[in-house]
Amino acid sequence: MKGSTALLKALERQGVEVIFGHPGGAILPIYDALYDETLKHVLVRHEQAGAHAADAYYRASGKVGVVFATSGPGACNLVTGLATAHMDSSAVVAVTGNVPLPLIGTDAFQEADVYGITGPVTKHNYLIKDVNEIPQVVAEAFYIASTGRPGPVLIDIPKDVQLAEFTGSFDVEIELPGYKPTVAGHSGQIKKAAQAIRSAKKPIMMVGGGGQTGYEQVIEFAEKTGIPVITTLMGIGAYPSGASQALGMPGMHGTVTANRAITHCDLILGAGLRFDDRVTGKISRFAPNATIVHIDIDPAEISKLVKAHVPVVGDLREVLPRLGELVDWLEIEEWWQTLSEWKGRYPERFKQDKPLVSQEVIQMFREATGGDCVVTTEVGQHQMFAARLFPTNRPRTWITSGGLGTMGFGLPAAIGASFARPNEVVVCIAGDGSVQMNIQELATIFKHQLPIVIAICNNGMLGMVRQWQEMFSAQRYSEVYLADSNPDFAKLAEAYGIDGYNIFDRETAAEIVPQVLAKGKPAVMNFVVYESEKVFPMVPMGAGVDEMIIGDQEPEESPVESKKVKS
Amino acid sequence: MNQHIMSVTVRDKPGVLVRIAGLFARRGFNIESLSVAQSSRPGLSRTTFVISSQDESIEQVEKQLQKLIDVVKVIDHTESNYVDRELMLIKVRVDTPDDRVEIRQIAQDFRARIVDVAREGLVFEVTGDEGKLRAFIEQMRAFGIIELIRTGRIALTRSGSDAETKIDRAEAP
Repeated sequence: MKGSTALLKALERQGVEVIFGHPGGAILPIYDALYDETLKHVLVRHEQAGAHAADAYYRASGKVGVVFATSGPGACNLVTGLATAHMDSSAVVAVTGNVPLPLIGTDAFQEADVYGITGPVTKHNYLIKDVNEIPQVVAEAFYIASTGRPGPVLIDIPKDVQLAEFTGSFDVEIELPGYKPTVAGHSGQIKKAAQAIRSAKKPIMMVGGGGQTGYEQVIEFAEKTGIPVITTLMGIGAYPSGASQALGMPGMHGTVTANRAITHCDLILGAGLRFDDRVTGKISRFAPNATIVHIDIDPAEISKLVKAHVPVVGDLREVLPRLGELVDWLEIEEWWQTLSEWKGRYPERFKQDKPLVSQEVIQMFREATGGDCVVTTEVGQHQMFAARLFPTNRPRTWITSGGLGTMGFGLPAAIGASFARPNEVVVCIAGDGSVQMNIQELATIFKHQLPIVIAICNNGMLGMVRQWQEMFSAQRYSEVYLADSNPDFAKLAEAYGIDGYNIFDRETAAEIVPQVLAKGKPAVMNFVVYESEKVFPMVPMGAGVDEMIIGDQEPEESPVESKKVKS
Repeated sequence: MNQHIMSVTVRDKPGVLVRIAGLFARRGFNIESLSVAQSSRPGLSRTTFVISSQDESIEQVEKQLQKLIDVVKVIDHTESNYVDRELMLIKVRVDTPDDRVEIRQIAQDFRARIVDVAREGLVFEVTGDEGKLRAFIEQMRAFGIIELIRTGRIALTRSGSDAETKIDRAEAP
């Protein structure tokens, strides 16, 4: 057996069912071996898309996503995907071919220092020099990727190692003296946390991406205590967005209620989140009166940005039930009254006095699906609208590039999610800018006839950049105009063999959205929307969450124009 | 300027130093000296970094270092009692016989060993903490330093402190 076959056998032993990838010279032996195997391989049209698909496969299923790429350009194309997975703690194993060992470091054809390049954007990476190390490295890679705080791991295999005769064993033991994730929370800290929560008058719970694995425990804790729950962009789905205790998303484009709750609360129970700058706004104005209880599996996230008064390092699934045992129903009627008042005053709203707007398109999808689908998004205004108007109710069904904010993520992510959840409709909410960054993957969608509906909120602009330029650059719209050179998206879809629709008005939109969804077929729906829509509320860069601009989220009786409201 | 002397026990593998150096660089820490050698346990190396930064706090870097899979143990010596040493080779110019006598006398006071003798210069080996090396360099400056090289500092926690027991666990054979 050659190294290439040994690699595939080792992957099979890890339970791998599907691999996303693109072949090339230095990974030829592995693709040759694949020819004889039953492993499913999905041929993407660009390696970046392969990485995003593998990332989304993990996010949607909880099983490690796998991507293959060749040396040099192939591996370099993975970098954005790996960085995206790294920032959002997604378990991906990337396998790259490399030039033969004697050629490494000689500037050989299609050679790049992939080990060096990918180090900072992976949880760990390997360069295999001995064919018999393959099973050991694969086992370690999957273990590292999927345990503790998940993350991407890259395995670089030179071509001659792939071709060498494998004489080793597949029975390996993992021994990593420098890697021992803390799962069980410290009892003393949990007691302190419970005490702080019990004595709080105005507590909130903030759930991040860690909640996607610990959602049962999150829901259980929330139900037992009655604590108000905020879900960050990465935490959407970890707690049902429609639940009465849900306050929505915090941060730059968070709900008024969530941001005010942060400002006025006396305790934050942070669960599986990292207090990202888009969540906190100006740190000194973030939750000024609150005791911060921070549960996270990664000790490096504790007190990195927001100082934790009660840190608990551990897995939510282990810590939350123990914490729940020590906390009963919280008597916080008054706090709930305030919160309900805010919630009542600031429901999601948008005006329909203009041409079709992105928000109503997104709302139509929510209504047509009942939120029971998988949502992926690109990055930009539509992403924020979707986070607020189309948050899903189940874990692992809301898939977005949070930390890195990668345009071009949503479309290939829909592919990965579709392979992870083959019986579900996947809706990709996109903008006309970002959808073009991996548009070539329409071919992959067509080939596998995946039930993916791509909803393009097409305002002919790089909308989020335009919004910043309007608000903070004196309306100097620099390089954001796309409408004059956008393709005809319906025709483009048709060229790929996919149903395409151009939709210009709300009546047609309302009629056609449920129809297309019901088909369960790939479709591209291009909604031409109002070009100058802005996302509100908005916390300007460098401001505190209490200084959000409420804008059009202000109720009718108040002046409509944007104004700074101190809460 | 915040200076820290850190011992980092790592798996003896290619690429480990790049990862560590990358972490320091990303957070604006300058590596002032670095020494690497095998530890008492096969497969593990002990590295000593002296790093400095204007304003960054070391705590986050320490946690990030701990996260690296190949890093087994991190100790910031600056937080406890420690002994540190550095070795220097220094070539000093000798112009006159009087100089020679005076230089040798100073060297003796510093317990510096002569490792090479020539008509125009002497090479000394000096071991000590940073203060001692600096003082010796100052003394020799008057005569003329032709060349000097230092190994970078190495450090051990003094017996009886907390950190020491932790090292033992990581490095015990």
